[in-house]
Amino acid sequence: MSERLFYPSKGLGGTMDIHTLQDRLLQGDRRAAARLITLIENHDPEGHAILKALYHLSGKAYVIGITGPPGAGKSTLTDKLVKLVRKLNLKVAVIAVDPTSPYTGGAILGDRIRMSDVATDPGVFIRSMGARGHLGGISEATASAVKILDIYGADYIFVETVGVGQSEIDIVKNCDTTVMVMVPGLGDDIQAIKAGVMEIGDVFAVNKADRDGAQKTAREINTMLDFSPKAWRPPVSMAVAVKNEGIDTLMAHIMDHKHYLESEGLLAQRRRDNAKSELIERVKDAVLSALLKDQESLDRVETLADLVAGRQEDPYTAVSKLLEGIRLAR
Amino acid sequence: MERPIRVIVAKPGLDGHDRGAKVIARALRDAGMEVIYTGLRQTPEQIVNAVVQEDADCVALSILSGAHNTLLPKVVELLNAEGAQDVLVIGGGVIPEEDIPFLKEQGVAEIFTPGTPTTVTIDFIRANIKR
Repeated sequence: MSERLFYPSKGLGGTMDIHTLQDRLLQGDRRAAARLITLIENHDPEGHAILKALYHLSGKAYVIGITGPPGAGKSTLTDKLVKLVRKLNLKVAVIAVDPTSPYTGGAILGDRIRMSDVATDPGVFIRSMGARGHLGGISEATASAVKILDIYGADYIFVETVGVGQSEIDIVKNCDTTVMVMVPGLGDDIQAIKAGVMEIGDVFAVNKADRDGAQKTAREINTMLDFSPKAWRPPVSMAVAVKNEGIDTLMAHIMDHKHYLESEGLLAQRRRDNAKSELIERVKDAVLSALLKDQESLDRVETLADLVAGRQEDPYTAVSKLLEGIRLAR
Repeated sequence: MERPIRVIVAKPGLDGHDRGAKVIARALRDAGMEVIYTGLRQTPEQIVNAVVQEDADCVALSILSGAHNTLLPKVVELLNAEGAQDVLVIGGGVIPEEDIPFLKEQGVAEIFTPGTPTTVTIDFIRANIKR
């Protein structure tokens, strides 16, 4: 009686071959989309084959990155923004990335808790992803998941991740519009000028704006933004996501940025730049996985680490030796 | 292909106590699994939606309200309607011994009552996921 549709860890045999999975994705089947994301996350060659075949169909969705410090209210804000887009009867997807434990490889992905408002809406697809540590290539997996949900038929895709760590920053940087969510009371204004934070945001939101210091936080952000003038001056708005306040303005700012990119012919340029950084990321991932691909390779790393720590070898020579030893998959 | 097992930990029904669910979530995480916790007071529809979108291998339902005989079979029924029979369904919480045979008949693979060591649940999931 049970029709087993997919056999991911044993190949895609049985009743569901690679073409069926592909067709079902094109028809907007959410189980096919979900399974494909799993295949991609696990670096399964079948998943790569499907994405190779369908890649040319992606590029229709508008991708919005949501980032900010832990606890800033990114998931709640995303939930409300999604509801707003749904009023236009457009299909929405959300990719929520959470950290993976570097010790056990496990993760608790809790962003869905904040998104229960849209949890049963058939026009919304939410997927949680664990960052999966050093070999994960999370920016690679997220970029592929975005493409799958694009082909699946999402008009808008929100990618939500904590703004901590280079790979997380890479993820949101590679969106069409990036929203930086800030909150009052995180520290002095020096926090805002630390590298990365101000440069990434195309749109800023001060969430939890009913708390003390919200105006001050907004003022500091505005000062910093005026300090380095660019053609696009990121707008700053206030929001109280849990009370659904300020969401309209934030969405209007996102749309302003979208129209700006489109009318100035900058969207194509931005996507081209994003494609370039994605390629570089993927090469990095390929080198890293070739370096650590089997026990023999891992042992070489361990041996050289011993020698470097014991001062019998210098790190420069050790790196040369490691690079010489790797054979890259093509 | 080495891959982490993905588990939805969900609280169906109206009780507001998720200490147990959180302990389980942490234990599964520490066992190297990816745990998607969906929060309190979830309807079977919300839970099944999450299972499908997250492509989970297992759904672990924690329930203390006494409504297990209604809500747990409902989750199984909705999963079947989605064609997601390959998802392992397990339950936990204050569930009387005499209800367990009925729940198993309804398609819940195992029930873990208070006092079960977390390692028992972890081993059960590892041994019984269907893919």
